[in-house]
Amino acid sequence: MKFPFGKQQKTFEHGVHPPQFKEATAGKPIRRMAFAPQLIVPLLQHIGAPAIPIVREGQEVVRGEPIARAAGFNSVPMHAPVTGVVQRIALAPTPMGNMAPAIFIKTYPGASQEILYGAPRDIGGMSPEALVLAVQETGVVGLGGAAFPTHVKLSVPEGKSVHTLIVNGCECEPYLTTDHRIMLERTQDILAGVHVALRITGASRVLVGVEDNKPDAIESLRAAFDACPAPAEVVSLPTKYPQGAEKMLTKALLGGEVPSGGLPIELGTLIMNVATLAQIGDLLPRQQGLIERVVTIAGPGVQKPGNYLMPLGTPLWFILESAGFDGKADQVVLGGPMMGMAIRSLATPITKGITGILALAKGGSASNTKTYPCIKCGSCLAACPVQLNPSRLGLLARKQQYAEMEQGFHLNDCFECGCCSYVCPANIPLVQYFRIAKAMNRQQRSRAQAAQNRGGRS
Amino acid sequence: MSFSTFLITGFVMLGLGGVLAAALAIAHRKLHVQEDPRIDTIEELLPQNNCGACGTGGCRAFAEAVVTGAISPGKCTVSPPEVKEAIALYLGVDVGAEEKRVARLACAGGKHVAWVRARYEGLETCQAAALVAGGGKGCAWGCLGFGDCRRVCDFDAIRMNANGLPEVNEDRCTACNACVEVCPKALFSLHPVSHRLWVACKNRAPEDQARAECEVACIACGRCGADAPPGLIEIVDNLAVVDYARNAMASRVAIQRCPTGAIVWIEESGEISKGPEARKVARKSPLPIAKER
Repeated sequence: MKFPFGKQQKTFEHGVHPPQFKEATAGKPIRRMAFAPQLIVPLLQHIGAPAIPIVREGQEVVRGEPIARAAGFNSVPMHAPVTGVVQRIALAPTPMGNMAPAIFIKTYPGASQEILYGAPRDIGGMSPEALVLAVQETGVVGLGGAAFPTHVKLSVPEGKSVHTLIVNGCECEPYLTTDHRIMLERTQDILAGVHVALRITGASRVLVGVEDNKPDAIESLRAAFDACPAPAEVVSLPTKYPQGAEKMLTKALLGGEVPSGGLPIELGTLIMNVATLAQIGDLLPRQQGLIERVVTIAGPGVQKPGNYLMPLGTPLWFILESAGFDGKADQVVLGGPMMGMAIRSLATPITKGITGILALAKGGSASNTKTYPCIKCGSCLAACPVQLNPSRLGLLARKQQYAEMEQGFHLNDCFECGCCSYVCPANIPLVQYFRIAKAMNRQQRSRAQAAQNRGGRS
Repeated sequence: MSFSTFLITGFVMLGLGGVLAAALAIAHRKLHVQEDPRIDTIEELLPQNNCGACGTGGCRAFAEAVVTGAISPGKCTVSPPEVKEAIALYLGVDVGAEEKRVARLACAGGKHVAWVRARYEGLETCQAAALVAGGGKGCAWGCLGFGDCRRVCDFDAIRMNANGLPEVNEDRCTACNACVEVCPKALFSLHPVSHRLWVACKNRAPEDQARAECEVACIACGRCGADAPPGLIEIVDNLAVVDYARNAMASRVAIQRCPTGAIVWIEESGEISKGPEARKVARKSPLPIAKER
């Protein structure tokens, strides 16, 4: 093991070391993907209220033009990813399996990649408040997968302050290399984004966390961050899943633990993904919207794995065809293999929060083999990064004691990283149980709320 | 240790016992709560399922509510009519005409008519499948068929048929709401048995898409609405919706021209009648997993 600068490497407790599978795509530069004949732009691609369409059926739209406006502060606008005509506003499949409203755009033949919309401006003189609104206008959300509106995250709540900006370049999920490529190819954009984030939050220092399986990215960031306006340090972290989770990264870099139910801002830190920062740094001065993102396409099912810059709304079948999908893969997963979602329909479009598309063969991810009884070996306790007791929670879930799981065993601290299911020798689908339990508790709460509202009226 | 020690101990214990007994006797007199003896009698008549379908916290709570007159005996959906009458007679109140309600499933897309787009692998429960891309079914609204409702039914009123769809036994169903709460696709709802016109579909996709996903889906053609008395059936978001406030107008007329058989008439026997123009489904075997388009 090599320790840069002879220092002990920082990390969080527990976690797992799944095989990486990154070599197939890590060395490949980002390439552009062609336009699909029809793009589907869902109105809800983020956490918050769905955007409100501002186009009509039959209307022509230009690449980069806003097509839906934000519904309040907790929402972001959508922009046309391609020049074409709005066919209809109708239901389209989502990765979650339900159908949600989306804008269908028919691509004009010969539509160019050039973005004509937006006017360059000087963001140097803008106030933090104006910058927050400008970030909202770009429609940027957390591109690491969470899809939380970036401008909301950047607005530090009253009474809180941020002293450290943490830049998240961990990319701990196997297969995915989008952040890796962005750190290599768009270092200056990341730096520009950091500049904006520093101005909005007033943070006084920058910590960049990158896992040590990306030495070239660490090198390139170190060279670039010499020009950072605040004291910056690029920290090499040992490769371990789920290092890229907000709370884990905070613990690895600062040693402090984010309180249960709280956000890293309680410790005075704000965590931004490198891809998100690169987009802010790139789009803000040009006054443009987020219309494309880098996605890793990998897995044994595709012949041309790599990182592709693709227009948002491109349907999966088109992407898989372009990447040489052999049709043999058993599973198509959006996101990484640990936390990603298997999808049902290849008509599902790419949205802002999707980091990767994996065509996996049988056994490539958690496959359905026999489940054995829990032998209380404790492997899951040693893997859980938030120090829960998955074994006990699993037993409670079998008995459907969902309320007890939440009150007695901190179910809500679980962020569904899947480490417990990954290590379980009895093959118990622990994280699946927890997801059901959380869904049931949410349902229970909304039902109780509805009953209360009814009671209040009568 | 002398014999007197034993004596003293014995007397002390006796005395202590006497004092405490006196205290208990006084407490029994002074702190006595007068409870209506009728509550116990009625509780014994009730089925003791504690299902909560009447809206109270269980059979004891129901008995208390009946005695105070807050609820009529007829509200107990589980008891047979003679028990309800016995309670009404005992209290000298009206039984209260409470129509029997049953759980109805708004999906007819069994394995033999609904296309499956992906094979779901994982926990064999509807709730788990619904969390993984909504299960493998082509129709995003349809029944997943893992039988969470059957497992949750305390009255053995739901069975899964050969096509993987739950079937409700109307005699056994007590309208306790358990299946309504457990279904991740919210396909069950409670209806009085007199609601005989029923749309057995929740698919809100436009016609071509609905047809591509399921052979018995509502394609929102609007024929049922045109044939039925005005206002009874409306097409809302590509789905026929019956306005049960006008249920008195409902008749078999509405199902006559339905091309897919999505709107049905539920006979008194619980059997389901489709219109004569409904697509005949002869297939018994499950449909294979097929790609879209």
